[in-house]
Amino acid sequence: MICHSAFVYSNDFNQYKFREDHPFDQLRVTLTYELLKSAGTLTDDQVIPPRMATDEEIKTVHHPNYVDAVKRAGINQLTESEALEYGIGTEDTPIFPKMHEAASLLVGGTLSAVDAVLKNGFKHAVNLGGGLHHGFVRKASGFCVYNDAAIAIKYIRELTDYKVLYIDTDAHHGDGVQWIFYDDPNVCTLSIHETGRYLFPGTGTTNERGRLDGYGYSFNIPLDAFTEDESFLEVYKRSIKEIAEYFKPDIIITQNGADAHAYDPLTHLCSTMETYEIIPKLAHEIAHTYCDGRWIALGGGGYDMWRVVPRAWGQVWNIAAKSEILTGDLPQDWLKKWQEKSPVTLPNQWQDTDGIYKEIPRKPEITEKNRLSLEKSLQFITNQQKYM
Amino acid sequence: MLVEEIMKKDVITLEPHHTIKQALELLNKYHIRHIPIVNEHHSVVGIISDRDIRDAAPSTLEKNQNQETLNHQVSSIMTSPVITVHPLDFIEEIASIFYEHEIACVPVTKDNQIVGIVTEKDLLYTLIQLTGIHEQSSQIEIKVPNKVGMLPEITQIIGERKINISSVFIYPYDQDRTQKIIVLRIQTMNPMPLIDQLKNRGYEVLWPNIPGLSP
Repeated sequence: MICHSAFVYSNDFNQYKFREDHPFDQLRVTLTYELLKSAGTLTDDQVIPPRMATDEEIKTVHHPNYVDAVKRAGINQLTESEALEYGIGTEDTPIFPKMHEAASLLVGGTLSAVDAVLKNGFKHAVNLGGGLHHGFVRKASGFCVYNDAAIAIKYIRELTDYKVLYIDTDAHHGDGVQWIFYDDPNVCTLSIHETGRYLFPGTGTTNERGRLDGYGYSFNIPLDAFTEDESFLEVYKRSIKEIAEYFKPDIIITQNGADAHAYDPLTHLCSTMETYEIIPKLAHEIAHTYCDGRWIALGGGGYDMWRVVPRAWGQVWNIAAKSEILTGDLPQDWLKKWQEKSPVTLPNQWQDTDGIYKEIPRKPEITEKNRLSLEKSLQFITNQQKYM
Repeated sequence: MLVEEIMKKDVITLEPHHTIKQALELLNKYHIRHIPIVNEHHSVVGIISDRDIRDAAPSTLEKNQNQETLNHQVSSIMTSPVITVHPLDFIEEIASIFYEHEIACVPVTKDNQIVGIVTEKDLLYTLIQLTGIHEQSSQIEIKVPNKVGMLPEITQIIGERKINISSVFIYPYDQDRTQKIIVLRIQTMNPMPLIDQLKNRGYEVLWPNIPGLSP
């Protein structure tokens, strides 16, 4: 199936850059863009430029004082104590010139994706420069200044009465988006992530279910460290299917953080490309089943930007555009161009080979524990079914 | 931390002459499990729990429930005298009172008058806050020799990196009492540079510490 899909891209995404050795590097998006161009699955007519988000749009989620602080930080007019209050100037989110503008462009990219789907007749839209799910109302955190996903959800809710299903498969809990819509029954969030036992931000337990009217519209499935494809996918497949059937969304937003891969330096999950092929495949199916195809896919985390992210995100687009993943060799010209710059040897195939990580000794226990978390998280739906 | 910092100040109370029925209504209305019984001077003269009331209430299994029992005065079922604490007591003391006496609630009194109440749930909540989990953070565990000056050395390294610390725990290392484990929740998504730095300085970082797997 070929779908009419838009790929939001501009080289200016690279202006969102904290410093040279910072793990969050938007060159990932460029690497993905070029990989797809070389592979021939992305053509110029499918690419749309990101627009700038307006201050008003950003303030639908963020506090005006925070937006003001980010603006001043970008022109070096924020004191250190003020900055730290807003979570900027820290090791995670250092101050950089014009940070407000750079962050607004990422938000704008996600809003362009929304426009593409809601106004301009596209079925799906992909903005890999977005997905900054840790941004809080008045605080930057975890490499995220503005929460583009949350702003986009507000924007969708203003334009339409659509029920929004937000699916977050980043290895870190999608806390920012969850808390912003915690009491909203029209926005359902599902986050599958590595347990917060050690990993940032520490939240995302199964009993975070929402509050007030929003109770029963937040789902969290924490996975044990060293979870592999099989268990990750078991959890993903069952949760997404049951939650979609329960919530019956009108539009889907996916946050496609690619940091659950075994190569990722920041997390301890052991997924391979197999996981990153199934994630968009199923999200795409669900969008067609429930939402007449309306699907917006965002980027997110992903800190092995050479070996993992371009392939993982490339497949998100391949599914959105052609409903098919690519297999076999990566394009030679892409490998040739980027191998020189990469500090690690680039893989030469779309799929991972066996044995990229050491065997996990406690696999059955990890699988069992994840299954229990899945059951606990879905219990709310299961219980309702029993009494209906 | 002091009792006055965690106690609830709006206390729902009854007087001895009130009925069990009234007590039951309060429990259901406010979702509470304990009601201190006070006299006209606000002195605590007794306490009743949801269990006391359940014992006194008619069984739900009986067809003809004798609702009469609910009209008894609360003084007939209350526990007395009552273990109370002072606002300036430490919360650790409440924890040991709960543990020793196997109870789950203490009224707080000052000048012999009720000024607050602390329940098991409040205490648990406070403990959770102390772990720092309510703030976005990563957890790292460091094994250090059990000697003077280890904590400041480590916190200084973290401070220099401009990483805020949410909480610190220190506990003895099980297998070797000459060592201690420092558990830190730190406000960063990327603890790797810090961990590398700590390792370079010779510290042993146990992270993530999963039995059967080398970190």
